[in-house]
Amino acid sequence: MPGTYVPSDYFPVLVIILIAASVGLGALLVGPLVRPRRRYKQKLSAYESGNPPVGEARQKFSVKYYIVAMLFVVFDVEAVFLYPWAVAYDKLGIFGFIEMMLFIFILLVGYIYVWKKGAFEWE
Amino acid sequence: MFFAYFAGMLTVLSVLVVTRRNPVHSVLWMLVLFVHIAGLYLFLNAEFMAAIQIIVYAGAILVLFLFVIMLLDLKKDESVRKFQNQWFLGLVIGLIFMVVLVSTASKITVIPPLGEYSVDAIKSEGSMMTIGKILYTEYLLPFEIASLLLLVAIIGAVVLAKRRIE
Amino acid sequence: MDTGFSISLLDIRPIVPEITMVCAGLILLLLDLVVRKKEVVAFVGIVGAIVALYGTFKLYGLSEPQIAFSNMFILDGYANFFKLIFYLNVIMTIGISVKYMKVEKASYGEYYALLLFSTTGMMIMASAGDLIVLYLGLELMALSTYILAGLLRGQTRSNEAALKYFFLGAFSSAFLLYGIALTYGITGTTNISDIAVSLLTLDIVGNPVTMLGIIFIIVAFGFKIALIPFHMWAPDVYEGAPTSVTAFMSVGPKAAGFAVLGRVLFDAFGVMQVQWVSILIPLAVLTMAGGSIIALAQTNIKRMLAYSSIAHAGYMLLGIIAGTSIGLTSTVNYLMIYLFMNMGAFAIVIMMRREGFQGENIEDYMGLAKDHPLASALMLVFMFSLAGIPPTAGFIGKFYVFMAAIHEGYTYLAIIAVVFSAVSAFFYLRIVVYMYMKDPKESVTLTTSPSLSIVLAVTAMMVLILGIFPSILLNLVRYSILG
Repeated sequence: MPGTYVPSDYFPVLVIILIAASVGLGALLVGPLVRPRRRYKQKLSAYESGNPPVGEARQKFSVKYYIVAMLFVVFDVEAVFLYPWAVAYDKLGIFGFIEMMLFIFILLVGYIYVWKKGAFEWE
Repeated sequence: MFFAYFAGMLTVLSVLVVTRRNPVHSVLWMLVLFVHIAGLYLFLNAEFMAAIQIIVYAGAILVLFLFVIMLLDLKKDESVRKFQNQWFLGLVIGLIFMVVLVSTASKITVIPPLGEYSVDAIKSEGSMMTIGKILYTEYLLPFEIASLLLLVAIIGAVVLAKRRIE
Repeated sequence: MDTGFSISLLDIRPIVPEITMVCAGLILLLLDLVVRKKEVVAFVGIVGAIVALYGTFKLYGLSEPQIAFSNMFILDGYANFFKLIFYLNVIMTIGISVKYMKVEKASYGEYYALLLFSTTGMMIMASAGDLIVLYLGLELMALSTYILAGLLRGQTRSNEAALKYFFLGAFSSAFLLYGIALTYGITGTTNISDIAVSLLTLDIVGNPVTMLGIIFIIVAFGFKIALIPFHMWAPDVYEGAPTSVTAFMSVGPKAAGFAVLGRVLFDAFGVMQVQWVSILIPLAVLTMAGGSIIALAQTNIKRMLAYSSIAHAGYMLLGIIAGTSIGLTSTVNYLMIYLFMNMGAFAIVIMMRREGFQGENIEDYMGLAKDHPLASALMLVFMFSLAGIPPTAGFIGKFYVFMAAIHEGYTYLAIIAVVFSAVSAFFYLRIVVYMYMKDPKESVTLTTSPSLSIVLAVTAMMVLILGIFPSILLNLVRYSILG
């Protein structure tokens, strides 16, 4: 019967999520109740003993970040493909090894390309 | 019941993502959205998909989203009205679309599971093992094409974002 | 091996041309890192495509359709013929772009690698035996063309073209995925030949879910082959992309879209012909009418050719609507002819481009015949052919498509098509009138290169030869599709 499946193996994960959420929310909720409240101008500035803040926090980022993020996504996906391959490796035999090498080889060419083009360098 | 919870939350969260004024807030709601999608996958007996959803979408793609938002200076856009005048037309089309989908959804005939991979077979072997066994044998060709796709994506990022404009 | 699965060399053999193309693409990518002269990269690219062409040529001899990779990959005459179109497309595109990319100050080595990868995607689409492979092939093709469209980063309109193409392309991909998901949900398989079996055994031919699946798939490919009302991207993208890329993508993705449409509609949903024909007919009428009429108002030749390519997609659709193998033959025949005439026309457009001068306005063609009689004569041939005036190949292409439609009782469609061909003749011939009967505003120098001249010579010759001896091509098409 579809729709009745409960992934009971993942119950600990749910517990972790609940604990994490309650710690985060708890800190936010309990904090105002117990902390002392003394407001004055210097205390409310961003860094009490640092430089006064200048400009907006949200500035234009350089496009360099974008390339790094993009390449990260690509190689992340590559890594994801390695995951089930590693699990089923002993069932796949030498053939599975060759095909994964092919997969990695194609991306290796991409890697060499990116490297030589200097996309990893932070000019 | 679980499905109803996730489906309802997904709808609410999607609306939240597209209506926030501050794009950074949108992205954060999207993070919650992705986690819920992962949960939905989990309840649909697709553990691997759930893991991918967290690793790739919540992990990598959201970072990309954030960078893109930081890249564009969106402060100005925040003051602009979010929806143009076409929203009414969009609503009508969306409703028609929904009616079509709902009316067809009732006609879906459930077919018995085909092939050797029934739910129980997958459970006894482990979802990861099953995917590994099929992906690298039967679906070998799509798998290798995927590597080409990734390669093209790399080239695209470098060609379009790296080179200086002469 | 434990899984009891093995792959033999027989599985590799049908896919050798694709492997060759990928290898060539990878070599190009690495070559680009060490070679400064991009002409060398272009030349190696052409060599790679020719080697792959030779591979396909060798595989042509196999009489039986080859099936590989657990039914994921089909190699038959149909796929082989489409691959022929793709090879010629990519070779001629490289031929016309070497000089042009220099003028645009964008001679990148990746350009050629992306052309090859995009072509590989098209080849995979033509050979796809499974909807998943089909989708991946489509994405490979599309992703490469998005990047190619945005190659001229200094130009706003090129950026706009890439962005628009990407967004609408991603949107259409979503439709395709939705269609595939619905089809999978109702038939329980993504394999094209298994779908045909499931449709009958599960008795779901008239099921709305199946219908919705077909509609979504048609919508997705309607985007790719630019049918009205899914054509919005075409004019802007054709105008903004580098002209050589426009030439490439006005033929390649369109042919690939038709290859897939033919395969999916005939092989997978063959039993539902009545249903999908009733969807395609209004699309075809709209496309022919809209393409021809809007083209009249264009002042930019690239935009005009964009609408012209939309209208041509409408004519080609008639062969699919006919729903017979003869109809399919006529569409494929038309596509090959369209490749030559369109590539030729774009080669002339590229010649007009020189440093500091776009040469894309139709008015720039005023009096071209006075200074450049040869180029004008060639343009005249291509325009006649696009308009479908005998004795050019364009006439033959249209003739067989219309005949196929009439043969199946769609006489009214053929009449509509003829009427709009007449309308379209007006804007094609306007260029001819401008070239021959107006006085030049300023003298135009053409940018030529040996490779461009070769492409022009080949296309013009083919347009004329196929116009006078249509049986040469038609026999090959028949041999490929009917066996």
